Amino acid sequence: MASKTININLKIWRQKNANSKGSMETYKLDNVSTDSSFLEMLDQLNEQLVNERKEPIAFDHDCREGICGMCSLYINGEAHGPDRAVTTCQLHMRKFKDGETIYVEPWRAKAFPVIKDLVVDRSAFDRIQQAGGFVSVNTSGRTMDANAIPIGKAEADKAFEAATCIGCGACVASCKNASAMLFVSAKVSQLALLPQGQVEAQQRVLNMVKQMDEEGFGNCTNTGACAVECPKEISLENIARMNREYLKAMVAAE
Amino acid sequence: MSILDSKIPEGHISKKWTDYKDHLRLVAPNNRPKIDIIVVGTGLAGASAAASLGEMGYNVKAFCFQDSPRRAHSIAAQGGINAAKNYQNDGDSIYRLFYDTIKGGDYRAREANVHRLAEVSGNIIDQCVAQGVPFAREYGGLLDNRSFGGTQVQRTFYAAGQTGQQLLLGAYSAISRQIGLGNVQMYNRHEMLDLVKVDGKARGIIARNLITGEIERHSAHAVILCTGGYGNVYFLSTNAMGSNVTAAWKAHKRGAYFANPCYVQIHPTCIPVHGTNQSKLTLMSESLRNSGRIWVPKKKEDAEAIRAGKLKPTQIAEEDRDYYLERRYPAFGNLVPRDVASRAAKERCDAGFGIEANDTMEGVYLDFSSEIQAKGKQTAYASGNHNPSEEEIIQLGKKWVEEKYGNLFQMYEKITDENPYETPMKIYPAVHYTMGGVWVDYNLQSTIPGCFVAGEANFSDHGANRLGASALMQGLADGYFVLPYTVSDYLAGDIRTGKISTDSPEFEEAENNVRDMISKFLNNNGSKSVDHFHKRLGHIMWNKVGMGRNAQGLTEAISEIAALREEFYKEVYVPGDANELNPELEKALRVADFMELGQLMARDALQRNESCGGHFREEYQDAEGETLRDDENFNFVGAWEYKGMDINQSELHKEVLNYEYIKIAARNYK
Amino acid sequence: MSKSGIFTSSLAKKYWMALTGLFLITFLVGHLLGNLQLITKTGEEGRRAFNEYAYFMGHNIFIKILAYLTYFSILAHACIGLYLAVQNKKARPKNYAYNKPGTNSSAASRYMAILGTILLIFIVTHMANFWWKQKITETVPLHYVENTTDMQIGQDPMTGAPVTRKITLQSALTTNGNYLEVAAKDVESGQSQELVKIKDTKLIDMNTNLHKAEGVRDLHTVVMNFFGHSEQGQPANEYALIAVILYVVSMFVLMFHLWHGFGSAFQSLGLNHRKYNGLIRFVGQAFAIVVPLAFAIIPVMIYLNR
Ligand SMILES: Cc1cc2nc3c(=O)[nH]c(=O)nc-3n(C[C@H](O)[C@H](O)[C@H](O)COP(=O)(O)OP(=O)(O)OC[C@H]3O[C@@H](n4cnc5c(N)ncnc54)[C@H](O)[C@@H]3O)c2cc1C
Ligand code: HEM
Ligand code: SF4
Ligand code: FES
Repeated sequence: MASKTININLKIWRQKNANSKGSMETYKLDNVSTDSSFLEMLDQLNEQLVNERKEPIAFDHDCREGICGMCSLYINGEAHGPDRAVTTCQLHMRKFKDGETIYVEPWRAKAFPVIKDLVVDRSAFDRIQQAGGFVSVNTSGRTMDANAIPIGKAEADKAFEAATCIGCGACVASCKNASAMLFVSAKVSQLALLPQGQVEAQQRVLNMVKQMDEEGFGNCTNTGACAVECPKEISLENIARMNREYLKAMVAAE
Repeated sequence: MSILDSKIPEGHISKKWTDYKDHLRLVAPNNRPKIDIIVVGTGLAGASAAASLGEMGYNVKAFCFQDSPRRAHSIAAQGGINAAKNYQNDGDSIYRLFYDTIKGGDYRAREANVHRLAEVSGNIIDQCVAQGVPFAREYGGLLDNRSFGGTQVQRTFYAAGQTGQQLLLGAYSAISRQIGLGNVQMYNRHEMLDLVKVDGKARGIIARNLITGEIERHSAHAVILCTGGYGNVYFLSTNAMGSNVTAAWKAHKRGAYFANPCYVQIHPTCIPVHGTNQSKLTLMSESLRNSGRIWVPKKKEDAEAIRAGKLKPTQIAEEDRDYYLERRYPAFGNLVPRDVASRAAKERCDAGFGIEANDTMEGVYLDFSSEIQAKGKQTAYASGNHNPSEEEIIQLGKKWVEEKYGNLFQMYEKITDENPYETPMKIYPAVHYTMGGVWVDYNLQSTIPGCFVAGEANFSDHGANRLGASALMQGLADGYFVLPYTVSDYLAGDIRTGKISTDSPEFEEAENNVRDMISKFLNNNGSKSVDHFHKRLGHIMWNKVGMGRNAQGLTEAISEIAALREEFYKEVYVPGDANELNPELEKALRVADFMELGQLMARDALQRNESCGGHFREEYQDAEGETLRDDENFNFVGAWEYKGMDINQSELHKEVLNYEYIKIAARNYK
Repeated sequence: MSKSGIFTSSLAKKYWMALTGLFLITFLVGHLLGNLQLITKTGEEGRRAFNEYAYFMGHNIFIKILAYLTYFSILAHACIGLYLAVQNKKARPKNYAYNKPGTNSSAASRYMAILGTILLIFIVTHMANFWWKQKITETVPLHYVENTTDMQIGQDPMTGAPVTRKITLQSALTTNGNYLEVAAKDVESGQSQELVKIKDTKLIDMNTNLHKAEGVRDLHTVVMNFFGHSEQGQPANEYALIAVILYVVSMFVLMFHLWHGFGSAFQSLGLNHRKYNGLIRFVGQAFAIVVPLAFAIIPVMIYLNR
């Protein structure tokens, strides 16, 4: 690992709480290792702020392995920053130049209100999930044997790919309409592709879309920005699949 | 010293659980809505427990500090989950899984618990598939398996390198359904800061709403802690940044014994440390050891040249490579258990063969070129090409590897900027999992009645070393298949209790405690950040309570941490207010508990004058550097009772382990 | 969930957008084929073909249904489209201080609503210029041809030689494809005589008051005038150049709208398949270029050939 350090300028959104008006503030940070992750850079900045007895910047994060979906950040005009197929925690400072000015903002969407600084409230995603993102099977341990229903590898793989969504919200953040279609369709697709999910497929898609609409997300106009910025490379095929599923359900619904 | 009652039921090991279950008390469906249960944590253990209890009709309140239950640290598990399904017909069975787990744990786990775990393992897979968890499949449509360390069968179910994610999302979907139905009330971004005991029983918690800072009282008839492991006491670990010991530690302080704190798993395959600002370490799944071969140069000068950047690993000839695991452990080769693999890496690096050019020169290679060759050839043959060119082989081989481990390879490349398809991965051991935890009996109940502990937070199933792919199994077994029975049995006595009031003096006292602690931190006029202290704590822990321990180092660690703790309370600066989102405050509260835990870990390690599993005392090793267990004197679970701020006052209780069904033997992977 | 809820959901709206959009795309094909007659055929033949086509389009019952569908589609498409656009704006009350949408999406896809609004303005003016005149104000004259011949109006009583005068006969093109003489005019004296009574497009026999035939309107001339030709005695539009430019610009707008819209409609309807996505994109983008281009060429040619 070729270790190098850079000096950067940061313009970061600061907002005391949900009700206050925020603004972009400027910071300067020196000696950032290019091997650092973006969040490690923010740690370093926060350490500097604490040492200056200023309030550090609040941002969401947990696993720092690109899997929990907790980290967010709109960096230099893109969700999860300029690199592709990574979350902010996996974005590394080697993607930035010495002397560069980096803009850091929270996800912006009516359905994702800012809580503080860079932290937003994504509970809308949970509520969509609660509306139907499951197979209604109780835990008994007496379900049929796991190998009772063979599932073609191709279908299983597709279901898996859809299921890798981490619920980070980058799709919403990068969509000009703040639409949640990629997220919702990933879950709908995963379950629609598996025989276990098919029993409730119609009701599921109707309920999840209804909840999605109620949360105040925008409408999909197929710009495709979501799939480009999605750290898990969830495919637009899933949106099409959800459109099909919904159409089917709409026609057949009683 | 008292004898702990583990409440292991009578009978033959294979019948214990079934018979016991049949005789547990039940709560009738109409009574369940009158009973409140608090579940802290929504990882595999917590989400599955909350969902199952919610399905049964109890009134469940679930808590997690993340913004959604789906983000619990279980999400990060990569490699897989074990189950004795014997789908591969390679001789697997419940007994063999039971045996492997006991042996893997270096004969320091409780037989009855482990057998139960092996018994329900198959049900877990059935349950998850029914929920729509997309496990990897073979072309015929049936479930695929891989091997993990410490076993000679293929019993690990997986979903690429994201098994934990898929399992957790399954459990999350189950809990989401119950939230939608109103059976589970979810409290996201809430952190439990104390356990409340009323009349000796766990009756609630004090939690801080992390957004508003509000201190809330929540009461229940039982409290279940599923709050994960405490690896972050080392600062650098593969755990998520928020993983902490606070919930478990608060229970400990309220009377729950803490068992085997010194048993820490150091995982052999993690990406080496890159610099001082590093915030965490990244695991490269154990499953990679199915396909990768671990080596360092045979010659020291080659290692030096590599560190100096003068040689590339691909330039080292085959005969100049030391595949030290294959050399030392021919039977298991690269698939020896984690503790063994980690120590072997440390041994090579200590001897000067490390290849990483960082401050510590620690690092070994995990090389996929042999596998790429082998699988490339296989794939070519399978597709009817019996005369593939070298290029075709390599291309097909890489494709095969990508299919199996694509996300891990990508993650490695993003972090290190090196392409692991072309050059071997650099890896080094890192803190990963904690076998120790809150002591629980067979019912998963701690020494506080009504306080149950499940998942990584308890100590129960893995002895001194956990085998890969067994934590996920344990979390789901506890939550789906054990707690619903044992908690019901406990609650059967509570159907007439009625709602627990939160106005009692006990709640008052606990809340005031929390408030005091918070205001103490916020009003402290220190100058150093929380991380500053956490890093220093981690340093002491890694150097003296890490992969190799000795009496002197441990004694030093105890007093060094004591001093650090004092300095921490004096010098720490926590900015911000109590009544707002305040990550620094959250960290301070957690680090305070880590300090105490760190000391206890050192004490426990000092007490255990033997080497076993993840606990390696340098004084106790054989001529070849293998662990020397002392079954005569240390065949027990060390459960600590809290006796106040001075950890030296904590009292050790022993639960002696009886091996009735497995002959205790030296662990041999040669 | 109530049935009505389903039909007003975001996805249902998208289906309407896609269906109406695709319908408008097929409409564009028909419209283009008709328009192309403005340049593919010349002289009276071209004029006649175009006007007859216009008549057919206005009177065939089947086409009429399609026409109403088209009006409906445009209205529905525009209304829902604008409604969605407003909702989408509301879904992000605060914008990013710094945004680089160009890195993840095409400009066409992001400006659909603006492009659509321009198209709407275009469609309105377009209809005012041609359709409104034809259908509502009915100020489009009939398709007349004039023929001046030396006509024998009698015999010289002395010599018996035929007496001829230059007479201009004006005939109207009728819907059954014939020309019916409707007036005659003495070129020298300027006297004229109506042979048929004309009411709107009805050609009525002077004597019997019977409805003899239906005249065809001369939209061709209106169009040619509009884009700079003086024809059939009608002066050319003074602002023809501006008209041509605006038309061409509108077609560019249409090009962008379709560049994204064509494929997008398939996606909205769930028609996404790895095997055919490439084809859909190719056809869509080819369509987006060829059709607006062909539309745009017509006024340009008319203008250049004036
Ligand atoms: C990188 C990595 C890879 C792994 N891979 C594997 C693998 O392949 N196979 C395997 O079997 N095991 C693996 N493990 C181990 C396994 O993932 C964990 O042991 C297991 O998931 C722990 O689950 P849990 O439910 O006990 O706790 P966690 O999943 O850690 O959940 C803890 C929960 O408790 C909550 N919590 C904690 N403290 C508080 C508090 N004070 N107040 C409120 N809420 C709190 C958190 O919000 C969270 O919801 C891996 C571990 C790591 C770190
Ligand atoms: C000849 C005229 C037009 C044609 C052929 C046409 C065609 C299309 C097509 C095919 C789509 C894609 C639909 C989808 O994504 O599902 C579309 C989208 C759109 N159109 Fe049009 N359109 C026309 C006129 C208009 C007009 C007049 C407006 C008025 C405002 C308009 C506004 C929009 C908008 C806003 C969208 C994006 C809507 C969305 O994707 O949700 N269009 N159009
Ligand atoms: S679809 Fe992609 S961008 Fe959207 S929430 Fe899931 S992982 Fe994040
Ligand atoms: S912190 Fe978990 S995905 Fe970034």
